[in-house]
Amino acid sequence: MTDAKRIAVLGVGMHPWGKWGRNFVEYGVHAARAALADAGVEWTQVDLVAGADTIRNGYPGFIAGATFAQALGFTGARVSSSYAACASGAQAIANARAQILAGLSEVALVVGADTTPKGFFAPVGGNRTDDPDWLRFHLLGATNPTYFGLYARRRMERFGSTSEDFAQVKVKNARHGAANPNARYRKEVTIEEVLASPMVADPLHLQEICATSDGGAALILSSVEFAKAHGIQPLVTIDAVSTVTPVYPNTTIEMPNFATDSSATVALPPRTFRESITAAVYEEAGIGPEDLSMAEVYDLSTALELDWYEDLGLCAEGEAEQLLRSGATTIGGRIPVNPSGGLGSFGEAIPAQAIAQVVEAVLQLREQATGRQIANANVAITANQGLFGHGSSVLIRR
Amino acid sequence: MNGTAAVEGFFDPERQALLGSRCAGCGTYAFPAKQGLCPNPRCQSETHEVVPLSRRGKVWSYTSASYQPPPPYVPADPFVPFAIVAVELEAEGLVVLGQAVASVTAEDLSVGLEMEVVTDVLFTGDDGPKLVWKFQPVEVAR
Repeated sequence: MTDAKRIAVLGVGMHPWGKWGRNFVEYGVHAARAALADAGVEWTQVDLVAGADTIRNGYPGFIAGATFAQALGFTGARVSSSYAACASGAQAIANARAQILAGLSEVALVVGADTTPKGFFAPVGGNRTDDPDWLRFHLLGATNPTYFGLYARRRMERFGSTSEDFAQVKVKNARHGAANPNARYRKEVTIEEVLASPMVADPLHLQEICATSDGGAALILSSVEFAKAHGIQPLVTIDAVSTVTPVYPNTTIEMPNFATDSSATVALPPRTFRESITAAVYEEAGIGPEDLSMAEVYDLSTALELDWYEDLGLCAEGEAEQLLRSGATTIGGRIPVNPSGGLGSFGEAIPAQAIAQVVEAVLQLREQATGRQIANANVAITANQGLFGHGSSVLIRR
Repeated sequence: MNGTAAVEGFFDPERQALLGSRCAGCGTYAFPAKQGLCPNPRCQSETHEVVPLSRRGKVWSYTSASYQPPPPYVPADPFVPFAIVAVELEAEGLVVLGQAVASVTAEDLSVGLEMEVVTDVLFTGDDGPKLVWKFQPVEVAR
């Protein structure tokens, strides 16, 4: 791939995930300063701040780019703020990438952070009878895990997956996450412990559903020319970013909807939404799943990680359980998935999460993932999906 | 059943049927009923006929709400877990969500089971019962 479509990752930084209960700005500033230090770049060199928004922390969260820029000290840098549900962080990356590739920015800071309430994510307050996100809670009591439970039960029906298969995903990711200092949960678990945790959304247990967490993640991005001129070694690049929307009719029930689109009169698209998210990034990067060294996928539930194996093309439809059982997706296997520990070990800090996926990829490609390092990793992919037709995938290469 | 609909326009409590829409241009269905431009990007119609949807369909998938959902859900006191069903309506090509009636738990459900829409109480407010659609197995209904 020519440098015309690539950007460089100069630095990465995170604030550890947890339930710290402090202002989200603190986590973002911590992550940003860590990324600047990692990059060897001064804050005053950054000419674009691309923030990923949080909607649960008032106005400062809606304009996260400016909030972080001001917290770091206003320098006159350009600013952008992105909200795209779980894909907010990836849209901030996409925004920075576009401006770097267009020559409008030389060094950009991408940063997202969140402070989350306890328990289920609830909709924004008020009596909003025209908002499907409000209505699904009011009329159905349908939380996010409701949808994860529907997907999991459907997977069991179609492919014969078992509760033990799903629990094995948690066992694998907990083992990975135990070695990650930024993970919130760092304890290994057994299948028996997972299945003994309380049922939340049949067939999924508490330990199979990602928690809501506080955390922050940041990247320093630049043109490849800038990285080369500053002797950045090893050179890690972002080669493709996918932020595609679904194609009508989408026949999978998606959060926060009451129904799918109709398949009665309009022809179905060739790919499902999740398949189209990863297909776009493969096409843009000019590679395929056989070229990957690792993947960070959005395991909002254990069962969803298995869906992603197939949507990424790591195996054929219905074969994800077999791939998991073979050990291929464990560190040391053919294609490790979620070496960071995934959302199962982190919990979700929405605007930071898609950025954190890229941070893990960069650490692995630079061979800095102490305690969880994948051997000879040179191509990494991330994949994520959230409410209201949002999803993302990022392709990172050394 | 006494009470008023918990939301306007989603279902007809008397007929015990969901209310969707059918596009006058391309014929595609939607639930809840569409207003404005058709969701099909190759259709420019802005006319949607509100239609009652099939009262019966088959379970596409199901799950449980084993923990009390947060507001604006109005739980029973004490909270009683319930099942949520995704039901496939063949004629409309839609999969629609609804709670299962209180007597039906996730253990009673299976993919492919035939269900029908019924009107039931969602919660009782200061001004009386609020009604919603729920699904129950056709076998139970008989």
